[in-house]
Amino acid sequence: MGLIDFLIRNRAEALALVLQHLFLVASGTGAGICIGIPIGIFLTRKPGLSKLVLGMANVLQTIPSLALFGFLIPLLGTHGIGQVPAVIALFIYSLLPIIQNTFTGIRGVEPAVREAALGMGMTDWQILVQVELPLSLSVILAGVRVATVISVGTATIAAAIGAGGLGTYIFRGLRMNDNQLILAGALPAALMALAADFMLGRLESILKFHRSSGKNPSRKWVPALVMVGIILIGFLTLSRVTRIPPIHRIVVGSKDFTEQVILGELIARQIERRTGLDVERRFELGGDLCHRALLAGEIDIYVEYTGTAFAAILKHQPIADPGAVYVQVKREYLERFGLVWLAPLGFNNTFAILVRGDEAQRLSLRKISDISRYAPRWRAGFGQDFMSRPDGYPGFSRTYDLKFVEPPREMDLSLTYRALANGQVDVIAGNSTDGAIELLGLVALQDDRQYFPPYQAAPVVRKGIVERYPQVAGALNSLGGTVSDHEMRRLNYQVDSEHRDVKQVVNEFLEGK
Amino acid sequence: MAESLNREMTHSSTEIDVQFAAVTLCTLSGKALVEGLNFEVRRGETLVLLGRSGSGKTTTLKLINRLLAPTDGEVLVGDIPTTHWDAIRLRRSIGYVIQEIGLFPHFTVQRNIGLVPQLEHWPEERIRARVRELLELVGLPPEQFAPRLPHELSGGQRQRVGVARALAADPPILLMDEPFGALDPITRSELQREFARLAAGLHKTIVFVTHDVREALLLGSRIGLFKDGHLIEMQTPDEFAHSQVPEAKAFIDSMGRL
Repeated sequence: MGLIDFLIRNRAEALALVLQHLFLVASGTGAGICIGIPIGIFLTRKPGLSKLVLGMANVLQTIPSLALFGFLIPLLGTHGIGQVPAVIALFIYSLLPIIQNTFTGIRGVEPAVREAALGMGMTDWQILVQVELPLSLSVILAGVRVATVISVGTATIAAAIGAGGLGTYIFRGLRMNDNQLILAGALPAALMALAADFMLGRLESILKFHRSSGKNPSRKWVPALVMVGIILIGFLTLSRVTRIPPIHRIVVGSKDFTEQVILGELIARQIERRTGLDVERRFELGGDLCHRALLAGEIDIYVEYTGTAFAAILKHQPIADPGAVYVQVKREYLERFGLVWLAPLGFNNTFAILVRGDEAQRLSLRKISDISRYAPRWRAGFGQDFMSRPDGYPGFSRTYDLKFVEPPREMDLSLTYRALANGQVDVIAGNSTDGAIELLGLVALQDDRQYFPPYQAAPVVRKGIVERYPQVAGALNSLGGTVSDHEMRRLNYQVDSEHRDVKQVVNEFLEGK
Repeated sequence: MAESLNREMTHSSTEIDVQFAAVTLCTLSGKALVEGLNFEVRRGETLVLLGRSGSGKTTTLKLINRLLAPTDGEVLVGDIPTTHWDAIRLRRSIGYVIQEIGLFPHFTVQRNIGLVPQLEHWPEERIRARVRELLELVGLPPEQFAPRLPHELSGGQRQRVGVARALAADPPILLMDEPFGALDPITRSELQREFARLAAGLHKTIVFVTHDVREALLLGSRIGLFKDGHLIEMQTPDEFAHSQVPEAKAFIDSMGRL
C-alpha cells in the first residue's frame, strides 16, 4: 500500500519516468529493428559472413552495460551523457536477437517454396518481400520480443548516465536505503517487461502460420499495428526533440547522490529566484560525468568539491590546508579548463570512516587509529570512488597501517551503508554530511592523523556563462558560506530519511535565509 | 513475357523450342552432374526424361529455366542461349511444377495461381478471370477452391493447383519435375490420365521428369533415358518398349514385376 501511495502521490514524476523508459526502449529496440533486420537479411544472401557477424553481435551482447556506457562517453563527445548513449547501448544489445532470428527465420523457409518462387521468375526482392519475410515473420518477431524484454531491463541502468527512466527510482532508492523507492522503479519495469513479452507473444502467435489449424490468419490489421507503432515512436521522439533546451537556459548538473541533488536544486532555484533565467536540471549523473559534461558544454554549472578537483581531476598529491587547496584549484581550473569556481557554500564533505554504533561503544572506538588492532579480523566495504582515488584507500591504509582480513569489497557507495548496518562489513568510508549516518546509528571516527584532504563544496561554472550572465555568478556567490556541515547533514537527513521532496526542502531552506 | 517468347519462336526458322548443344555441368569440385547432352525438344511435344534418382534428369530440367547454368556447351531456348536471356524474363515464360509443389503456404489458391500474372502487372479483373478458367481446367470448382490456403487441400488438389499455377501466364514451355511423385497410386493414375488429356489440348512444349516408366509411356511423345548424367537413348514410347539397351530393359522389366 505504501508503494501504491507513493506512486499516486508522485504520479506526475512516475508517469514521466515511465514515458522516458518507454522512449528509451522504443528508440533502442526500434533502431535495432531498423538495422538488425536488414543485417539479418543480408546474411541470408551472404551466409559465409554469418558466423563473423553473429559472433560480433554476440560479443557486443556480453559487454556489461555500465562498461558499455563508459566506452560510449568519450566516443560521443558532447552527447556522452543522457539519452543518446543510453539509446545507443540499448540498440547494441537488441542487435543479436534480432539479427539471429531474422537469419534463422529466413533460412528456415522451405527450400521447395524458395525454388518454386525462383523458378516462377520472382526477383530476389520479390522473393524476400512476398515469400521469405511473411513466412519468417513470427520467428523475427520472437527476436524482437527477446530484444524488447532485455531492453526494458537494461534501460533501468541508463539512469546512471542521466537518461532518466525507471532506473532513476531504483538508484535513488539504493542511495536512500529506501526499499519502497527501489520497488517503485523495479516493479513498473518488471510489469513493462511482462506486458511487452505478452503483447509481442500474442502478435507472434497470430502471425505464425498455422499449418494445421485451417484458419486463415487475418492480416488486415497487421499493417495498422505497425503504423501505430511507428507513429508512437515518432510521437515520443518528437516530444523529446521539442524539449531540447532553448539557448537561454542555464543547465545545472549534479552527481548521483542525495547531497548533490539537493545542491543542484539549491543552485537551480537560486538562479531562478534571483535572475529569472530559465533553468534546466540534469541531475544524478554518475562517476565524473559532471566534469566531462561541463567541459563538453553539455551542462553549465554543478557543485564540485575542492578535494575531488585537486586530487582526482588535477591529479595533485593531497594537501591538508583548505584555503590553499581552494586557491590552487580555482587558478588551475580557469587556466586549464576555462571553468570558474564560485564562493564555497560553507560545509566540508570529507570522507567519514564509519563503524556501527554498538560496535563503537563496545570497543570504545573514537579515532580511526583505534581500529588498527581490530582491522585484521574485520572486513571493509568501500565505494568505487574511494578505492580508486589517490586520496582514497591506498594512502588511507598506509597512513593508519590497516590490513583487513580480506581485500576491501568494492561496491556502490550507497550499498556500503546497508552492508555495514547489516553486519556484512565492519567499516566503510562514507560522506561526513550523509543523513544515513544518523539514520542507521553509525559513528564517524575522527581523522586523528589528518589524512583526508578538505572537500569544500562550491559551484563550478563555465566561463562563458559567467561572462554572459554575470547575475548568475552574483546570485550563487551570495549563497557562499550559508550551508554549514550541520545544515548539510540536516538537509540530507530530511531527504534521505524523512523522504521529503527535494524541491520543498530546498525552498524551505532558501526562505529561512 | 510469354507473348514475347511466342513471338520469337514464331519467327524462328525451326520447330525446335529447346536445344541442348554439348551441355556439361560440373560441380565446383569437378564432378560432372550431366555430361555431353545433345538433344532438342520439338514444339508441342511432351518429352519425358526418365531415369533413376541421381541420373541427372532434374539437373537437365533446371538447365532449361536457368536455375542452373552449363559449365560447357549451350542450352538454347527459342534459339537464344539461356545465359543470354534475362533470367527473370526467361523463367516467367516457362511454367514450372516441382514435386514438392512449392505452393506458397501463406497465399490463397487464388493468389498462388495468379502470382506470375500479378508479377506481370495484369489487371486485377483479368487475373481473376484467368484463375477461374484455370481452376475449371484442372477440375477444381473455383468458388470453392479459390479462397482456400494450400494446407486446406488434399495432395492431389494441391498438385492440380501447382499445374494451374504453372499455366497461369500461358507460357509456351512447361517444365514438370515428378509432379505426381508424392501422390498415392490411385490419385496418381487419375491425375496422369487427366493430364494426358489436358496436355493433348494445350499444345504446349512439355519437358517432364519422372522415374515412373508407366508415366513415361503414358505421357511421353518421346522418352529420353538418363543414366549417370548421360542421355543414353531418345525414342518414342513404342521404340522404348522394345529397346535392347540394358537400362531401358531394366525399366520395362520393373513394370512387369509390379
